[in-house]
Amino acid sequence: MNVYLDNAATTKPCAEAIDAINLALAENYGNPSSLHSFGLKAQLAVDNARKIIASALSCEAECVFFTSGATESNNMAIRGIVNAYGKRKPKIITTSIEHASIKETVLELENKGFEVVRISPDKNGEVNPVDILNAADERTCLISMMLVNNENGLILPVEKTFKAVKRRFPDIITHCDCVQGFMKLPVKCNELNADLISLSAHKIHGAKGVGALYIRKGIRVLPIITGGKQEKGIRSGTESVPLIAGFGAAVEKLSDTVKQRYDRVSELKKFLVEKLEELDGGEITFNTSEKCSPYIINVSFEGIRSEIMLHFLEEKGIYVSSGSACSKGAKSGVLEELGVSSKNADSAIRVSITAETTEEELEFFVQAVSQAQKKIIKSK
Amino acid sequence: MKELILVKYGEIALKGLNKNTFEDIMVKNIKRRLKKLGRFNFSRAQSTLYIEPADETADINGAVEKIKKVFGVAALCRACTCEKNFEDICAKSIEYLEDVLPYAKTFKVTAKRADKAFPMKSPEICMELGGVLLEKFPNLQVDVKNPEITVTVEIRDTNAFVHAENIKGAGGLPVGSSGSAMLLLSGGIDSPVAGYMMAKRGIHISAIHYVSPPYTSERARLKVETLCEKITDYCGNISFFCVPFTELQEAIKEHCPEEFFTIIMRRLMMEIAQRISEREGCLALITGESVGQVASQTMAAIACTDAVCRIPVFRPLIGMDKTEIIEISRKIDTFETSTLPYEDCCTVFTPRHPKVRPQLADVEKAQNSFDFEPLICKAVENTELKVFRCDG
Repeated sequence: MNVYLDNAATTKPCAEAIDAINLALAENYGNPSSLHSFGLKAQLAVDNARKIIASALSCEAECVFFTSGATESNNMAIRGIVNAYGKRKPKIITTSIEHASIKETVLELENKGFEVVRISPDKNGEVNPVDILNAADERTCLISMMLVNNENGLILPVEKTFKAVKRRFPDIITHCDCVQGFMKLPVKCNELNADLISLSAHKIHGAKGVGALYIRKGIRVLPIITGGKQEKGIRSGTESVPLIAGFGAAVEKLSDTVKQRYDRVSELKKFLVEKLEELDGGEITFNTSEKCSPYIINVSFEGIRSEIMLHFLEEKGIYVSSGSACSKGAKSGVLEELGVSSKNADSAIRVSITAETTEEELEFFVQAVSQAQKKIIKSK
Repeated sequence: MKELILVKYGEIALKGLNKNTFEDIMVKNIKRRLKKLGRFNFSRAQSTLYIEPADETADINGAVEKIKKVFGVAALCRACTCEKNFEDICAKSIEYLEDVLPYAKTFKVTAKRADKAFPMKSPEICMELGGVLLEKFPNLQVDVKNPEITVTVEIRDTNAFVHAENIKGAGGLPVGSSGSAMLLLSGGIDSPVAGYMMAKRGIHISAIHYVSPPYTSERARLKVETLCEKITDYCGNISFFCVPFTELQEAIKEHCPEEFFTIIMRRLMMEIAQRISEREGCLALITGESVGQVASQTMAAIACTDAVCRIPVFRPLIGMDKTEIIEISRKIDTFETSTLPYEDCCTVFTPRHPKVRPQLADVEKAQNSFDFEPLICKAVENTELKVFRCDG
């Protein structure tokens, strides 16, 4: 039995996405920029995907720009805004628990002379809107804040924070990395008060290699990739019609069921937590609270280091992550920022589920954990 | 806590005995736009429309965005319903404004007491509620001149309402209250703006567009359809008529002097537009012309075009500069689409030196050299209709 519980790292592409990709690859292979009707057909496929994603975000289609993935979207958002507005306003505010594609990008800008303020979660492991508001000033060009943390699933108060910031400083541009929230939590850009939103396809059953950036009308983002002026000049390079079509198909499939899937996943999380709590093989600490997305369960098993547990589970055909998959096992420090003790962070496992995950699979995982506790803790 | 949308009327409020007719049309227009945003309950009193989410499927943010663009609405606000006693007003204000007040520095309270039976007077409500909020949110200070947040309390007949922001509406008269007219929609910057402006005066718009395949592309047609779709937010449902114009243009090229190409083309367009208008019950034509902008928009040229018209032609942009027109097109979000670079039928067979001051007699003589009637009939007959809906 193969049990895939690493859906925050990537998800299995759905049949609809695969069909759309195949169709575009095999038949609709025109260049969307060609003036002839075959090119137009490819462009219509891209525009259709754009419309679907826009409608899922409750925004207009022209505000959605396709990229090669969320890392590019995040880079485009930060660098594009800083290039446009950063000369006069050289300050960026972000949180200390962002994804590497934000963290590394602002770090580079900091080394180039920009002022970067990183807001840490408070003692409850939550980000306080007032802390961000207090850091904001007339010199701030951008605030970037993720919606759902990728390591423990913490949902950040993006809506409240951005609303408060916009009220006092309407010119500050707000960016939200929604990769772990889009199609999982009900995300609407007008409710988030975000000027820019990053999305990824492969976290929601689309293909790797495609993502999108929502840019509110009137916000100037300078391109970081220049060339043939595709995507209105904001992101040059021939559009990947197949991957984009697959992205659209995946969103179309999911967009009507956000609420149902959220409820189902919440049930599954509750089930898993209860089953794990029943175990008596060793100390278990949950690094997630009710304020976290149900799609991610971060849990520490005392006495078993993350990677050992991961490989033990792998033997049984169960796939989970230690912390964040992007850092390939390297300690990211984000869990400590979120208030997890260093000892627990060392033994943290991230289980990330979808609505398709079954109770049987979770039970199989819990049994494997129990075996690990017996085998590994005892053998010490 | 119950949240709802208060919609305040503009000009309609000033109407006399026929106020109800206008009101009905506006409410119908709003309902149509909210169709896909979940279930809402509507009620009206004291020149205000109350729109309340019927259940949790109702998308109140989406509704506000839509209503902002409905003509006839002067202003709207999201508000919270309170019972008509001061304790409840205080409790609900604190709860409702919890997302706003902790992050503000200054505020003030205003009160509107429409129901004079309410025991406290307006200044008293302001003072007392202000005091309660100050105590609850120590970060706040009162600033009556330039507050960050204005908390408004309205005491009305049935309930009291608290809100903290007033959103400007689109103004004008409800679309449909002034009858229908046919908009000549080219794909440029001006015509969508002209349609928007006449819709603002309550006119229900149909649109007509001329295509000349293979000289004009499918992309050009799609561009115009996109424009049409964009203005439905303001104009309501639009019937879009697409006229095949190639044969007429080829006939003009073959049989008429080059300097009159454009002016004769305009006259034929007007002729076709009014035939379809008569069929569809449209009482006027609308164009985006502005005096002197191009050769076919000089006063002399307009006189030659108008000579074929049996119904009024409205030209709301006639005295406007391009920059003013562009400003509106940006506001209604048609500018970007309008400036996409595809050939349209007006630029096919453009004369090298068009006549700037054509004489009607010369134009008529040139046009009479060929019998366009069969081609006009054919074009009208083969016109395609597509309806763009505002509830999408």
